[in-house]
Amino acid sequence: MTTIDLSRVRPGAIASRRSLRILEHDLLVFRRGWRSYLLSGLSQPFLYLVAMGIGLGLYVNRNGGAPGGVPYLDYIAPALLVTQAMMAAAFESAWPIMGKIQWEKTYHAALNTPLGALDLLAGDLMWIGFRATLLSVLFMVVIVALGAAVSPLVVLAVPVAVLTALAFAAPIMAFTATQTGDVAFNALFRFGITPLFLFSGTFFPIEKLPPFLQPLAWITPLYHGVAAARSLALGQVEPVGIAVHVAVLAAVAVAGLAAGRLTFRRRLVV
Amino acid sequence: MDSVDFDVAPGEAFGFLGPNGAGKTSTMRMIGTVSPVTAGKLTVFGLDPAQHGAQIRARLGVVPQADTLDNELSVLENLLIYGRYFDLSWAESRRRAVELLEFVQLTERSSDKVEPLSGGMKRRLVIARSLINEPSLLLLDEPTTGLDPQARHLLWDRLYRLKQRGVTLCLTTHYMDEAEQLCDRLVVMDRARIVAEGSPRELIDRYVTREVLELRFRRAEGEADDSAFLDGQLEGLAERIEQLPDRVLVYTEDGEAAASAAYERGLRPASILVRRSSLEDVFLRLTGRSLVE
Repeated sequence: MTTIDLSRVRPGAIASRRSLRILEHDLLVFRRGWRSYLLSGLSQPFLYLVAMGIGLGLYVNRNGGAPGGVPYLDYIAPALLVTQAMMAAAFESAWPIMGKIQWEKTYHAALNTPLGALDLLAGDLMWIGFRATLLSVLFMVVIVALGAAVSPLVVLAVPVAVLTALAFAAPIMAFTATQTGDVAFNALFRFGITPLFLFSGTFFPIEKLPPFLQPLAWITPLYHGVAAARSLALGQVEPVGIAVHVAVLAAVAVAGLAAGRLTFRRRLVV
Repeated sequence: MDSVDFDVAPGEAFGFLGPNGAGKTSTMRMIGTVSPVTAGKLTVFGLDPAQHGAQIRARLGVVPQADTLDNELSVLENLLIYGRYFDLSWAESRRRAVELLEFVQLTERSSDKVEPLSGGMKRRLVIARSLINEPSLLLLDEPTTGLDPQARHLLWDRLYRLKQRGVTLCLTTHYMDEAEQLCDRLVVMDRARIVAEGSPRELIDRYVTREVLELRFRRAEGEADDSAFLDGQLEGLAERIEQLPDRVLVYTEDGEAAASAAYERGLRPASILVRRSSLEDVFLRLTGRSLVE
């Protein structure tokens, strides 16, 4: 007969509730800068939506609008909501995390307390998720204010954006823990994040890409985030399609977290 | 780690003395349960680090070699959040933080950022941080390396007070004066091994003589080999003679007597110094090398 020693089964195998302490730390830091954060969280979407959605949209709409005759502003608003959450999460899982591991070594100070390496990973990932939520809600406020909300389902673009943010943050955090400097981050953004921002169906459908590039778009998480958020925002909901998009995003986030568990341990427990 | 075997008793100040690269930091990291024990057996508070790391760390205070302070937070906030990591309530963490800032004489800087603090102040803040959980064992890795003499003495004074309060101290250092000042008992480490163990006094009594006569000679231009020029002239003068590149150490019970004996033999050193033996001499005796090179 097999017996299971319950005392050795760790609840919430990802990390302990101690990871909430890291969240508290990040909030304590945030207390200083939240005003400017909120201000830029409102002004950035406003500038983007006015310039591209309304300004550039004039010409697009004159030629029949986005696919399905959708006004261009309505077409790009949910996509930009998702991409800005991704950009912020990608940044925050690179340089600031590198600082805590390598430059200021504050993770090492935390490891001298009951906190463990996985608490640091989980805590800061939650924090990045929290910031993505904040940014996305602000973005949503601007969308509504500009009259770009077509369907009430548009509010569901917020959780999609947060999931997309986590699908980037988790693997990038895992990657950061393998680096000793920030050289690779510049390449990551130049050749990874920025092209994704431009070519994942944000501004035009990926069907307009050269055929050989289209499969590449399908496997990037951003495409799935953009597609899911857009169909919700426009009220063109295909349950199966959205389920697939969400599943892909969740799978990437979980895989990233699993990788992070390995690289964080390997880097910090030596 | 090759061969490191030691016990630390509650309330004592225990030191690891050795040069850089002797394995002091590795030993400290293992005790701090942030480094896996590769071979052998280690228990901290009678617990196994592999099984009970978090429980052990809850009772430890750690002063790492690098300050690892949070530059995004104020002096007080650095302590506050650290208390939270140990599951203290905010109120309790604040109470202790204020008290500890008083203890390390940083009260006036509590709302300042960490960055502009001097090296000595940062060290004191790290010590305050390490005390927030009222640890039963305080680990200090090279606590005063890189500080000016005044800052070092202030720090030693604070550590001495902690010792008087009954906090167990465990520290590494490559400064023999630091070991002599603070440690009740110490081990001398070299190349990942313990080469001697005892109180500073015991080690000096056991391995070296009471006094040392230091002789420096002015050598003629181009004189290459320094072992040749004395040519056995000091032979029989003392129990042991150590020839260093810049000076000759004569280990003897009576330095003055040895100095006059050398003079009688016709030696004319450029400078003569008689001093008491120190841990530096013990280290030299045991390893054939100086601590700080």
